[in-house]
Amino acid sequence: MATNTVDPPTTTSGGGPRMNPRSLLIWGAVAIVGAICWTVLALSRGEEVSALWILFAALSSYAIAYRFYARFIAYRVLGVDDTRATPAERLENGQDFDVTDRRVLFGHHFAAIAGAGPLVGPVLAAQMGYLPGTIWIVVGVIFAGAVQDMVVLFFSMRRDGKSLGQMVREEIGMVGGIAALIAVFAIMIIILAVLALVVVNALAESPWGVFSIGLTIPIALLMGYYLRHLRPGRVSEVTMLGVGLLLLAIIGGGYVDQMGLTEALTLSKEQLTVGLVLYGFIASILPVWMLLTPRDYLSTFMKIGVIVLLAVGLVFAAPVLQNQAVTDFAIEGTGPVFAGKIFPFVFITIACGALSGFHALIASGTTPKMLAKESQVRMIGYGGMLMESFVAISALIAASIIDPGLYFAINSPAGATGGEPGAAAEFVRSIGFSISPADLTAAAQSVDEETLISRTGGAPTLAFGMSSIFSSAFGGGLAAFWYHFAIMFEALFILTAVDAGTRVGRFMLQDTIGNFWPKYGDLAWKPASWSASAIVVGLWGYMLYVGVTDPLGGINQLFPLFGISNQLLAAIALTLCVTLLIKHGKVKWAWIPGVGLLWDLIVTMTASYQKVFSDNPKLGYFTQRSTYQDALDKGELLAPATDADQMQTIITNSTVNGTLQALFALLVIIVVVNALFIWFKAARAGGLPTTEVPKQPSDLVAPSDFFATKEEKEAVREWETSHRDLAGSGGRG
Amino acid sequence: MMNPVLRAGRALRWYVRQLTGEAKWDDYLARCRARGDEPTTRRAFERHRDEHRESNPQARCC
Repeated sequence: MATNTVDPPTTTSGGGPRMNPRSLLIWGAVAIVGAICWTVLALSRGEEVSALWILFAALSSYAIAYRFYARFIAYRVLGVDDTRATPAERLENGQDFDVTDRRVLFGHHFAAIAGAGPLVGPVLAAQMGYLPGTIWIVVGVIFAGAVQDMVVLFFSMRRDGKSLGQMVREEIGMVGGIAALIAVFAIMIIILAVLALVVVNALAESPWGVFSIGLTIPIALLMGYYLRHLRPGRVSEVTMLGVGLLLLAIIGGGYVDQMGLTEALTLSKEQLTVGLVLYGFIASILPVWMLLTPRDYLSTFMKIGVIVLLAVGLVFAAPVLQNQAVTDFAIEGTGPVFAGKIFPFVFITIACGALSGFHALIASGTTPKMLAKESQVRMIGYGGMLMESFVAISALIAASIIDPGLYFAINSPAGATGGEPGAAAEFVRSIGFSISPADLTAAAQSVDEETLISRTGGAPTLAFGMSSIFSSAFGGGLAAFWYHFAIMFEALFILTAVDAGTRVGRFMLQDTIGNFWPKYGDLAWKPASWSASAIVVGLWGYMLYVGVTDPLGGINQLFPLFGISNQLLAAIALTLCVTLLIKHGKVKWAWIPGVGLLWDLIVTMTASYQKVFSDNPKLGYFTQRSTYQDALDKGELLAPATDADQMQTIITNSTVNGTLQALFALLVIIVVVNALFIWFKAARAGGLPTTEVPKQPSDLVAPSDFFATKEEKEAVREWETSHRDLAGSGGRG
Repeated sequence: MMNPVLRAGRALRWYVRQLTGEAKWDDYLARCRARGDEPTTRRAFERHRDEHRESNPQARCC
């Protein structure tokens, strides 16, 4: 069996007592590099700043946080215990409960948590400059996001992999549990709608994109058939085949003109919406082997491959930041990409890269059932989230190396830019930046797109930034290919998220209704599964439609809702973490998830309050509603609406968005208030009984961290020798 | 000592087979050998895993 045999001097075995001089020296150096990078970023104004300062500031901060803070939380706060058997060891069934090599599980967990969120959020947040985003991505992940992922993973592992909703119900209370269940479901719908909106915006009026993404469906079907009927189980070879075809599909897209398909593949946003809804419905009722599983292989490969490529590309290209450190929009709150000031909206917009409530669903789903050792929660939970944060940093850099004039032309809603170069250039000038109409046209031509103006949603901006990084790192002449490659990369895993999310939503719905009508809970009963799928698709499809038809710009209107709901879900997860620490008699450590929780509540509640009650019509949904309603009653038209129908659309959409916003905030308040009672009760009693599964001794030996130490390797070898004759399954690293 | 390139290649192959789940078949065969059971066909084994996936979708995040 092949194992990794690199031995960095920096890691000592679990909770080792003192640092030796050598590691002291190395960590001192890492700290100095980090301090220098942050100082450069803090002091540079108006001069040329290399993107590598951001990259290395982030990397050195991650390294220190992982080495010290995460270790402290794992060993001191949570008290991970490697003599205790994990659910995977106790309940191993070769399927969901399955002892998995830590490095493999890291790959699985990362593929499950990483998606379009950390790519899109930072791109939009770049409207406030590169500095606010950089600071929040790094600080947020260290003190909130990665802590949440690790602690939820730990507590779920101690409860045989129970889900977040289940844990809230059992540990906080029925009321909180029901509120959490509704919140999880509603938030999932919003997330699916916003992700789908990103794809629609990236593919609208882009025949090349439609061609390549469209072909992923037959490619996935072919892969599915191959795995099912031709050569079952040969995943690597079929993935290679699929990736080859995928690259051909991207290259082929460059020839849509010659093939005479331009007209047929130039789709409007409305057409794409209908297509996506139909696709989502069909994909969620087809057997998974046909479409979902093979697509997942492709998207996992692309995800990991592109992220590695991007990291390498960044180092080679060493691009210079074009964005300002902090723009005026951060202070005035008048940015065209999304409304609101730096506080709270930069935190809302970044979302997934710093703190993502959705990860709590993964960390309390499949991952805890596969851990070999308790101490691995640090590497998988904390480490996995650091990696996600790194993706967010890369996306922020990609958006910040673009000329700001171009950035605002791409990301401002069509109502503002007018959709053509002359008007867009004039709009960009009016907000204090500059780009000529000719440059706008040239930028679009350089990537073979009709136009880049008002291609909101983040994907086109990111693709453009990635394309310039790759072009300068790996040789030029391929800008258009790289642009569509990046679009494909994003669209592919958004579609996978849509498939999988719809199916998960369907199961939740069937399960919930099944409590009252058991027959409906039968997953194999077609009328139930079809109708539940239709309801889920209908819900996110409606929200998608709301976004697509909104004259104010769908991303502008919906993205804050998405960000806030994701952060509110995080508030629920962190509340659970605090509750469990207190119930376990660890009040003195409650501040560890508590810091993140407090900050998250301040941010989300301020944002929710502003989105619901602000009297600025650009910010508050209900003021927006009444402004347009009053105008409509007087028979007036307010820009950007051009007729009464559009006025009505704005009124309806603002009402829907505002109501949802208020509902989410209310659900979270219910959970938190419910938890407060438990906190006081538990704190006074010095702890309360929980549903933790009692300790059973472990008979397994496995290393804790990415790299096994000498002692760990020795222990694994000994264990393997002594088990060679006993254990049925082969040795694991 | 193995050639480092060869060793890296093997490690990569091991990782990919683990990550894609292809190695589950090897594990299964090893288990059958140890117990003295007659293993089923690869086709039937993969069908069984497909069925399991059918009712256990893994959420993909944002």
